Amino acid sequence: MPAARVLPTPEAADLIRLVREFATEELAPRAAEAEATGTFPREVFRQLGQLGLLGLPYPESEGGGGQPYEVYLQVLEELASVWASVAVGTSVHALSCFGLATRGTDEQRQRWLPDLLGGELLGAYCLSEPHAGSDPAAMTTRAVRDGDDYVITGAKAWTTHGGEADYYKVLARTSDDRGGISCFLVPADAEGLTADPPEHKMGLMGSTTATMRFDHVRVPAERRLGDEGEGLKIALAGLDAGRLGIAACATGLAQGALDRAVAYAEEREAFGRKIIEHEGLAFVLADMEAAVQSARAITLHAARLKDQGLPYSREASIAKLVATDNAMRVTTDAVQVLGGYGYTKDFPVERYMREAKVMQIFEGTNQIQRLVISRSLRKPAGAITVQK
Amino acid sequence: MNIVVCVKYVPDAQAERTFNASDNTTDRENVDGLLSELDEYAVEAALKLVEAGEGEVTVVTVGPDQAADAIKKALQMGADKGVHVKDDAIHGSDAIATSLVLAEAIKKIGSPDLVVTGMASTDGTMGVVPTMLAERLGLPAVTYASELTVDGAKATIRRDGDVSTQTIEATLPALISVTDQINEPRYPSFKGIMAAKKKPVEEWSLADLGVEAGQVGLDAAWTKVEAFAARPPRSQGEIVTDEGDGGKKLAEFLASRKFI
Repeated sequence: MPAARVLPTPEAADLIRLVREFATEELAPRAAEAEATGTFPREVFRQLGQLGLLGLPYPESEGGGGQPYEVYLQVLEELASVWASVAVGTSVHALSCFGLATRGTDEQRQRWLPDLLGGELLGAYCLSEPHAGSDPAAMTTRAVRDGDDYVITGAKAWTTHGGEADYYKVLARTSDDRGGISCFLVPADAEGLTADPPEHKMGLMGSTTATMRFDHVRVPAERRLGDEGEGLKIALAGLDAGRLGIAACATGLAQGALDRAVAYAEEREAFGRKIIEHEGLAFVLADMEAAVQSARAITLHAARLKDQGLPYSREASIAKLVATDNAMRVTTDAVQVLGGYGYTKDFPVERYMREAKVMQIFEGTNQIQRLVISRSLRKPAGAITVQK
Repeated sequence: MNIVVCVKYVPDAQAERTFNASDNTTDRENVDGLLSELDEYAVEAALKLVEAGEGEVTVVTVGPDQAADAIKKALQMGADKGVHVKDDAIHGSDAIATSLVLAEAIKKIGSPDLVVTGMASTDGTMGVVPTMLAERLGLPAVTYASELTVDGAKATIRRDGDVSTQTIEATLPALISVTDQINEPRYPSFKGIMAAKKKPVEEWSLADLGVEAGQVGLDAAWTKVEAFAARPPRSQGEIVTDEGDGGKKLAEFLASRKFI
């Protein structure tokens, strides 16, 4: 049973209805096969763009949907409950637009943002490197100024949509200072830019992940976002929002697993009764529901803080931590509820379990989230604020 | 080209549909409703024609308060404006009365070049309203269109029959009912959802249309549901165990039901 939701406006409620209809009719029939064969569904992102689902949190004046995070995250959740790879891709795409939308000049925004938010162009985000993941300031990819251009050399690991995207938001070192990092928008067809073969991942096979190699890639200076040396600030500013995106994906994934488990437990009989009527199993399902609702509650709480313009960094980390850990537990329990069938590839729950694992790792490992949370505890207590 | 599309708000076919115990009419209150899926094809067909040229699409529905959702969905898909005829006296109307109310509403809207409808509703499934409506409006009617093109004042319709495919021409203004083969209805986009909020929807009563309450409703209906009973639960199928003669037993079973 899909989650009960309270939305702030009638149009947001209609938006959720639209997403449910689209997910049921267009995503659900394709998910299992695409995941089994590792096929990236490029066309789906074009459809999402046409429906206006790729630019929801961006201003209407830029071609976005002007929706608060509270609504956008519930859309991501609905997508993830049917096909996690597509929800993660949507979140990554939104994140790849973040630097352009917030730090791009008027000219840069007018030139690229409409096609990005409209789904004609697909974005990717190059931050991590083979030896610099949790500590991005340790990156070694360089952008050297040469006349009106920069020349970028290095490798970027774990790039979602790597090799499929139309442009890459790239963080590269422009000086030797630890923070001497700048942000660039690099088109996919730039000479010297290549993608390694996709990673053989444990899950999210419908979402391509590849290392991107920059071999003296020449990028005009007009494609730099923000000032030189401002890159890390731009990257970090988007992180909290990205974490909320993944928290929503994890919550949706867990909801999908729970729905499958409940449906199975309503059907399967043992000892003359439906297995949901056996307390041992019913309590497992109850814990799963409690875990999904807790994840949703903290995620939407963080989203509402963000929508109010209040600090939400700690809450974003808590949401990412709680939602992804809960998703791991809920999907593992869903396999348990389906028993032997759950362990086979004939049912989707084993896939959900594999998909949950990476959510504890990417967009800041859950150990990094704990670091953020624990550090925040040493700062002054939160203020009492009245809602806008 | 101005097009009027008639749409109906129906109980969701995926939900548990039932009747009102008090008067044996369709329960439209306690079952989630939506724009009849067969009418989405009519809306799409109209939008395509207008987008290829000019003009506007007006959707009209007859139904209770919740029927506004059917209009809203059509507006979100891209229709320009809506007309909602609602009046307590309409409750329980048959197809004849429905076609009367629709005809008067369309006359009040103006003189459209084309009236487009679905092939039937997914609740009543009679499929007679389109021709009744055409008769009342004095328009040529072509039903079950699986293809529709308009060139000037001429509409060309492909109609797929059991044994042949017919190509029919009609002079505009005309009424066309379309099948679920004619197109793939679009999803509303989020921009469409936002835009629909600002599109005009008029609400008309029977008095606005000059229709007497006594001409419509359950009391005026030519047919009436006397009784209803829930469909009995489906009985379990017969399981044939294959002991080397499975194929034979299967053939015998099918022969006994006259399938082979």
